[in-house]
Amino acid sequence: MTTDTPMAPLGAAAGWMDDRVGLAHWTKKSLNKIFPDHWSFMIGEVALYSFIVVIITGIYLTFFFNPSLHHSIYHGPYKPLDGQSVSDAYASVVNISLYVRGGLVMRQMHHWSADIFIGAIVVHMCRIYFTGAFRRPRELNWVIGVLLLFLALINGYIGYSLPDDLISGTGVRIMFSVFLAIPVVGSYLAFFFFGGNFPGTTYDYRFYIIHVFLLPAIIVGLLVAHLALLWHQKHTQFPGRGATERNVVGTPVWPGFAFKTTGLLLMIFGITALLGGLAQINPIWLYGPYIPYKVTYLVQPDWYMAWLDGALRLMPRWEVNMPGHMIPTVFFPAVLMPGVAVPFLMSWPWLEAKFTKDNRRSHHLLDRPRDAPVRTAIGVGVLTFFSVLFLASATDELANFFVISLNVVLPVLRYTLVILPFITSFVAFRICKELAQVPKAGKRKRASIIERTPSGGYALRDSEVRPGDEPDEEEPVPVPAVSLNAMADGRPSGASLPAT
Amino acid sequence: MGDDPASATHPASPTELLSPDDPRLAPATHHPRRVAGIVAVFFVLSFAATVALATVYSLGGQTQIEGGLLGVALGALGAGMTTWGKYLVPKGPFVEPRDYEDRHDLPSKPEDREAVVGAFGRGASIFARRKLLGLLSLSGAAVGAVFVFPLRSLGPQPKGAMFHTAWKPGTRLVTAGGRPIQVQDIDIGGIVTVFPEGGENDPDIQQTAQTQLIRVAADPLATRQGPTSWSPSGYLAFSKVCTHAGCPVSLYEAETEQLLCPCHQSLFDVLQGAYPIFGPAPRPLPQLPIYADADGYLRARSDFLEPIGPGFWERGASDGSPYS
Repeated sequence: MTTDTPMAPLGAAAGWMDDRVGLAHWTKKSLNKIFPDHWSFMIGEVALYSFIVVIITGIYLTFFFNPSLHHSIYHGPYKPLDGQSVSDAYASVVNISLYVRGGLVMRQMHHWSADIFIGAIVVHMCRIYFTGAFRRPRELNWVIGVLLLFLALINGYIGYSLPDDLISGTGVRIMFSVFLAIPVVGSYLAFFFFGGNFPGTTYDYRFYIIHVFLLPAIIVGLLVAHLALLWHQKHTQFPGRGATERNVVGTPVWPGFAFKTTGLLLMIFGITALLGGLAQINPIWLYGPYIPYKVTYLVQPDWYMAWLDGALRLMPRWEVNMPGHMIPTVFFPAVLMPGVAVPFLMSWPWLEAKFTKDNRRSHHLLDRPRDAPVRTAIGVGVLTFFSVLFLASATDELANFFVISLNVVLPVLRYTLVILPFITSFVAFRICKELAQVPKAGKRKRASIIERTPSGGYALRDSEVRPGDEPDEEEPVPVPAVSLNAMADGRPSGASLPAT
Repeated sequence: MGDDPASATHPASPTELLSPDDPRLAPATHHPRRVAGIVAVFFVLSFAATVALATVYSLGGQTQIEGGLLGVALGALGAGMTTWGKYLVPKGPFVEPRDYEDRHDLPSKPEDREAVVGAFGRGASIFARRKLLGLLSLSGAAVGAVFVFPLRSLGPQPKGAMFHTAWKPGTRLVTAGGRPIQVQDIDIGGIVTVFPEGGENDPDIQQTAQTQLIRVAADPLATRQGPTSWSPSGYLAFSKVCTHAGCPVSLYEAETEQLLCPCHQSLFDVLQGAYPIFGPAPRPLPQLPIYADADGYLRARSDFLEPIGPGFWERGASDGSPYS
């Protein structure tokens, strides 16, 4: 390659590449792309990076996992299981956990990162909701985000079901009952999906290919669309420090954001590794294999399915009976509620625009939660509703822990579920209204120091300025380009050129 | 855009040159040497952890140490990079105009939109052949429907499977180990899970036919579900599949004679014919009619008289449920 091209300082490879694809203009624009600095924008990155950890650790697990429900008598190295009839699936997960070097770290990292992935999605979604980032022109990305959350939940549940241990097997049995509860076609759907009556020997193969291929492929596709839309539409930002509807203020991709976000990826990977090594999760060799007539008190779903489990517990025993047919009680909490919640969430941007008569074409500046008290109040109410359902999945634990009868815990939670969201909504609304009255609420103020003068009077003076007391004095400027040769000690000493 | 007052100000003119001493080009920290030292410590720590991890792994591995070292190796590297990117590069603030290629707003320019309409216009003759288009839609939809057919092959139709279990008239009750039960085998207050003889090792039969055999008295007794002839020597047999979501109803409290499902805490009163008295279960656990043969072995009189387990569309109303 010629060395006299202007790209030479970057190395011959850059010139070689540009000769063939000609993407210098695009690359320059991308390196100069601005990412806002607010911490809350990091939560979506946490979700993305924990998904990368899920994928990497998951691929490793597929090298050892065997999704077969064929049973045989176990005579492997794990003595407590010796002589028991176990499925190939269960035996292979015991093997990964106890006899593959590094296998348990990988398996536990996979489980932890899946839990973190879904948690980060939920928190990220709260950020988007409470700041109004979903408003026009970003409604599509909101819908994609809700879909991603929904698919991640399902894939988490299916992955949790794969090992065929006593707890997850019971969970699959409940899933079968939820299928049965769908009116008209429920029992057909259940039999087609499971390949016959539960348990059969088919479902684990199907769950496996859905878990490792079908749903991940859809999730990756939606994720690419999510990020492409974000990149193209550019970020929202909070008002302040020169931020307007027509610009983006923050850190350019190169070098600041690239280093910070790569560091975040590595730290999330690291934290997951710490959890995977030090914090036990789902020790299926202690639970034992799934046997249809056995069950354990430990039956608990992963955290992100707890709201459905709680709803199953709180639902009154209503069944709709008609001649020859019925709608089972499980239908209401496990089919109807998610069936209403997901479309409701998806349509929120349009609902809000309709009720607030907001017909502005673009909303690139974010609201603070207190700027939109009604939206904040509704969000707090919905979060309260799901939090009570989450709590309700531990009715037995609560009863044991507080030494109260289950007969008290259950009705109390039923009433709480209906009443508490209205109370928290109202409180959130009042807080928003009060905060709106306070100028510069949430901003740190410089301390005032009162000094007594020798003559006995008092004098007031401001404390010294500390970082964060005042906004940066500097106006934001376009990202400058600096000659690589002119860089010294982290500070450019030569002439800097403006970006165009 | 004009309706938005905040959009009036535009960033500094791009032709302005930044002085090398401009504070926006300075790193965010006032102590770059000290921060660089911290970053170096992070990187060295990461490298040391990686070496240690390789050693532990090659010596046979140990879960906690592997996870801890991998965490330090990756986490310290990430912490170093983040610190570098946050404190040792030009702090800004920087700004870019919210421009989309050649315009200041997301929607395309009117002439581009018209061009798209025009490009589709080339196919006007296609839209003119309405009958042909209709035929295309019909055939396309038909081919699309073909791809629904294979769904039928995914499993058998439910039909009778939901209404019957492996219990037949005369089938002996056996334990999980295959041992038949005789009248004298279980004390009052005792409980055992039983299966139809021959099916105790088949997971599919275990699932649907699992039955709780409880001895509550010395003599036969009637429940709200069944007459005394169903309970030889005080033995009661109830389906173990919860009528709520299908978990095994496996916990029995002899003192109160109640069965509890550990999944969602439904409580069934055994003496009342396993009627649900608490929790979300909507129906009693079906009672299996049993008798003792001449040798004292317990046998089923018939299958359950109603479908076991959770509800489903074709099930129809249950008989005698107090809640239906």
